[in-house]
Amino acid sequence: MFFVGVYGFLTRRNLITILMSVELILNSVNINFVAFNRYLFPHKLEGFFFSLFVITVAAAEAAVAIAIIINIYRRFTTINVEDVDVMKY
Amino acid sequence: MVNYSYTVLIPLIPFLMFILLGLAGHKLKPRLSGLLGTAGLAAITVLSYITAYFYFFRPEKVNDAFQKITASNSTWLQLTDKLHIDMGVLLDPISVMMLIVISTVSFMVHIYSLGYMKGEKGFERFFAFLSLFTFSMLGLVVATNIFQMYIFWELVGVSSYLLIGFYYTKPSAVRASKKAFIVTRFADMGFLIGILILSFNTKTFDFLTLTDPTGPAIATGSGISFLGLSVMTWSMIFVYMGGVGKSAMFPFHIWLPDAMEGPTPVSALIHAATMVVAGVYLVARMFPIYALSAPAALDVVAYVGAFSSLFAAVIACTQTDIKRVLAYSTMSQIGYMMLALGVSGYGGHEGLGFMASMFHLFTHAMFKALLFLGAGAIIHAVHSNFMTDMGGLRKHLPITHITFLVACLTIAGIPPFSGFFSKDEILAAAYSHNRFLFTVEYAVAGITAFYMFRLYFNIFWGEEREYHHTPHEAPAAMTIPLIILAVGAAVSGIIPFHKLVTSDGKAFESEIEWAIAIPSVLIGLAGIATAWVLYAKKTTIPDKLAATFKYTYKWAYNKFYIDEVYLFMTKKVIFRYISAPVAWFDRHIVDGTMNTVATVTQAVSFRIRGFQSGQLQKYAFVFISGAILLFVLLIYLWV
Repeated sequence: MFFVGVYGFLTRRNLITILMSVELILNSVNINFVAFNRYLFPHKLEGFFFSLFVITVAAAEAAVAIAIIINIYRRFTTINVEDVDVMKY
Repeated sequence: MVNYSYTVLIPLIPFLMFILLGLAGHKLKPRLSGLLGTAGLAAITVLSYITAYFYFFRPEKVNDAFQKITASNSTWLQLTDKLHIDMGVLLDPISVMMLIVISTVSFMVHIYSLGYMKGEKGFERFFAFLSLFTFSMLGLVVATNIFQMYIFWELVGVSSYLLIGFYYTKPSAVRASKKAFIVTRFADMGFLIGILILSFNTKTFDFLTLTDPTGPAIATGSGISFLGLSVMTWSMIFVYMGGVGKSAMFPFHIWLPDAMEGPTPVSALIHAATMVVAGVYLVARMFPIYALSAPAALDVVAYVGAFSSLFAAVIACTQTDIKRVLAYSTMSQIGYMMLALGVSGYGGHEGLGFMASMFHLFTHAMFKALLFLGAGAIIHAVHSNFMTDMGGLRKHLPITHITFLVACLTIAGIPPFSGFFSKDEILAAAYSHNRFLFTVEYAVAGITAFYMFRLYFNIFWGEEREYHHTPHEAPAAMTIPLIILAVGAAVSGIIPFHKLVTSDGKAFESEIEWAIAIPSVLIGLAGIATAWVLYAKKTTIPDKLAATFKYTYKWAYNKFYIDEVYLFMTKKVIFRYISAPVAWFDRHIVDGTMNTVATVTQAVSFRIRGFQSGQLQKYAFVFISGAILLFVLLIYLWV
């Protein structure tokens, strides 16, 4: 699932899709946390808490990212990453 | 015990005046700011006289000697536990005498400037600078330690620079101020080196410890040696180098004649009466060290002084700009003072030269300030600096004429004016110590009388020239200081200096040595007579003489080409053989290295800028590939 996210992040040209890929990556990490916590340290809760944090941060990140995407759309009238290349030499 | 703590005010008042006039002067009316500056000076003059009265006439003597009193002292810069620089007020006979000289002359110059500078642009600026100068000069003479002296020494240099360049729109004034500053600064480098050597070996800056005849400075001095001279001698020679620069002795005299570009009151105050004697004062201050542990340095002082006095006197005979004549005469008289110090011994009657030097310093300050202020009045009247534009002025400027005559007689050493007494003491001291220098000084006395009266006859006698308008006497603000100074110059000879200002603070008996005095007066009279024959009426003799001694005359007229020698040395030798290679090295090696680095960086960055494509996903791809690579590498290394 993590590499599905990475693949999506690298190949998709649409910013929304890229954002979704990022969410995929984060979720895969969450699942990993929960799973490893359950099997390696069944009496501790750090993994659960960590994934809770990741969820919170992911929510905030999604909000910010969408705001950025909206701004980019207003500025360039596109959400294709290949067209947004003014930050080069 | 008299409380002298109020003496702190003496340097402080002019400083406050400087801040006030410098910051707020342009908001005040010019006249008011001038009066304020003068009032401040009046206050410190009164304070100085009170101090002198208590110091000399209510003295606390120990062993019959005037004590050195530290009126106040506070640590100014604490560098380490042992190394600290203090600021304070030290009272001893010479510093109290200098207080009198400086405050009196400065006060007179302030009053005079009220008239002379009237209506000039930057009137309040002028008074602010004058206050700054007075502050630094007073701080210099009351310094408790050599470092404080050095600081104020530099401040004096700065204020002199500011005042010479007062007419900053005139290129020649700007050049002169720069020249004065650079030449004296160069000499001060020697002073600083001297201080460092001295303090390194004695572990103190303090004058009280340094000049104590039984103190460590004199005890440790003679031990270590370098090139055949003791380390104390070297340090004293270096310190003297600073004095040579400030006092315009040969070979650092070249700035003084050019410094006459400044306003005339400035020339009177700085370049005649006070600042230029700072070098003499410096030697006098360090005198116990010179006399007791560095006699070779004292010989240097004597010979430099004697040579400068002769050299300057000869040049003065040929100059036509009256202020320049006076400048060279100042140099010549300071040479006298240096010589007197140089032939002096320490203590008792041996210290005759020391006393004579201080005495001459005092009388010289009076009559030279008078001469300069008189010259200012003349220039004010005829709007020219050149003798050739003057003549027959005695009818138009009666007061200036009389006071100028008094000053000329004083400098020529004619009794009963003060110059006679002080010059006689110097000659007596020279006679008992070094016959050769004594002869030189006899000759200089004659030349001095000659060139001063050449000046006098040319200005006040002779034919009247065509003037733009009839010359008129200067306003009262200018003539009153002239009269006061003339009285001072005439009568200050009766001050019993041998009871007051001596090398070890003890009084000794001294009387006029008639065997020396009478020939010196005769020589002076001979000089005057020669000047009378040559210049009182219009004759062709001077021109003929100049023609006969064409080359000598031309040499002297061009100041023996010392300026040209300096120019040659700097331009042809130093610039070509030192500065040019250094500049080449800087431009090609130092700059070249830097330029190569810059070029390479630029070239590389042009090549690699393609990486910055702006394509977000390329970056992400590189990043993730890198992460994976590292991850793989880590696993391999781990296992």
